[in-house]
Amino acid sequence: MGIKVVKGGLLTTVQDLGRKGYRKDGIIVSGAMDTLALEIGNLLLGNHAAEAGLECTLLGPNLLFETDQLVAITGGNLSPMVDGKPVKMWRPVFIPKGAMLCFGSAITGCRSYLTVFGGFDLPMVLGSYSTYLKAGFGGYEGRMLKKDDELPFKNIYKPNGAVFNWSAGQQLYPEFSDNEIRVMKGPEYELFTGQSIAGLFTDNYLITKEADRMGYRLEGPALLLPEPKEMLSSAVTFGTIQVTSNGAAILLMADHQTTGGYPRVLQVITADLTKLAQMKSGQQIRFKLVTLAEARQALLHREMQLKQLKQTITLKHI
Amino acid sequence: MKAVETIQYYPLGDSAIVIQLGNEISESIQHHISSICSFLEDYSFEGFIEYVPAFTTVTIFYDALITDYETAQSLLQDMLLEIMEGIEEKDAPVVEIPVLYGGTQGPDLSDVATHAGISETEVIALHTAGEYLVYMIGFAPGFPYLGGMNEKIATPRKETPRSKIAAGSVGIAGAQTGVYPIETPGGWQIIGQTPLKLFDVERQPPALLKAGDKLRFVAINEAEFNKIKGQANGD
Repeated sequence: MGIKVVKGGLLTTVQDLGRKGYRKDGIIVSGAMDTLALEIGNLLLGNHAAEAGLECTLLGPNLLFETDQLVAITGGNLSPMVDGKPVKMWRPVFIPKGAMLCFGSAITGCRSYLTVFGGFDLPMVLGSYSTYLKAGFGGYEGRMLKKDDELPFKNIYKPNGAVFNWSAGQQLYPEFSDNEIRVMKGPEYELFTGQSIAGLFTDNYLITKEADRMGYRLEGPALLLPEPKEMLSSAVTFGTIQVTSNGAAILLMADHQTTGGYPRVLQVITADLTKLAQMKSGQQIRFKLVTLAEARQALLHREMQLKQLKQTITLKHI
Repeated sequence: MKAVETIQYYPLGDSAIVIQLGNEISESIQHHISSICSFLEDYSFEGFIEYVPAFTTVTIFYDALITDYETAQSLLQDMLLEIMEGIEEKDAPVVEIPVLYGGTQGPDLSDVATHAGISETEVIALHTAGEYLVYMIGFAPGFPYLGGMNEKIATPRKETPRSKIAAGSVGIAGAQTGVYPIETPGGWQIIGQTPLKLFDVERQPPALLKAGDKLRFVAINEAEFNKIKGQANGD
């Protein structure tokens, strides 16, 4: 018993925190674009942080619950509704058997995460539940969800009188009101000199229509090398900003290839990937340069907040 | 073993460190990189997640909540000292990749022959004569970047890429040769197909080849192709 998909939505995939240990084999990490939202979603239900959730993109799915279940919806606000009535995000929500969860318009962000009590009962492939769309494995049959798919639950929630009138986790979720993204210098940053990167931190970069789980093509001041540079392919990662030979910047996201052959001018810090994952085509980005120490500090700070959140939630579930 | 002249360490963001050995494609550098990787397989460090070998680099991903860049660099520097002392040239076993050349499996064989000004048989002879080194795996699951192809059969990519290339297709793009592990679009000149699975999610390890492996292509006929393919599919 689980969820029956009535409408798949634009791009709904099963994701966890990513497939680790196989980059050397050319196997991408995949995983949630916004891992923070997924992690909080699992925390809210008392799940293990590595349980899979559904990543719903812009136009969410319609999902029929074949049994009672406790769920949480986190991340971007895509106007979730149960049987037509708005439901709260960032808290456990009880959904009765036979009810339908739908999504409406995107109010903030563009990716919403649905987690369920105990997680989804799907096969792990190479240590992960994440969907690898291009290679067609992982998640739900290696593809995005469509009508009539059935996703079984590991556990079924039995109401025990607990009242979920509290919400948590949104405080440590970034504000979407500003467009600042913190970056570190990339390995080839120094190749770009003076004039060629003058606008990098003073001008905005636009996220073009070419923006998906693999990466965002950016539009802004051209990033030209003083002289063409032959690069040997090397590893890239989530948040790497590569510059193609015509000066265009490409920001690599969760489904990026394992290696690339373009100069890596900047690297978005891990703590700001969440914000980036919730930005969509047409939005502007302003880069802010930070040091490695500052990047790690931001990550440690977030982890401390997550730990506090976990404690708070544990107390509430008792 | 020739010593590597320059070793650099630098970060790739807040969760990875890159070790760079020199700036050029060379068998000697590849050998050092493979040694670093096998060392990491046996002795990783706290917070280590995974490594990615490339032509001149090994990128090591770590959990920044557990360790930091400075700690990782100092551990890796100690490790490298140890490796460099004990390193010796070893002959990697040669993996044989059976290939059915030409026909529907290799529709561009005649174009490659025409471009090189030789016969199709000679293209096959040159392609199967060499021993190839796997420098790295990337681009797609299990896709090997190979060095060692005879330059006589170098052919530019197709002007219009094909929307679908079968898994196992063996191709040439410029001076490179390679094998498509999964069905994908692509612009390589396809000269044949191997019945082996370069990538199989059900297998451990899922990729047939790894950086540092040596391989040789062996021409087979259609009957052998079907037989091996049947075995590979467990028929």
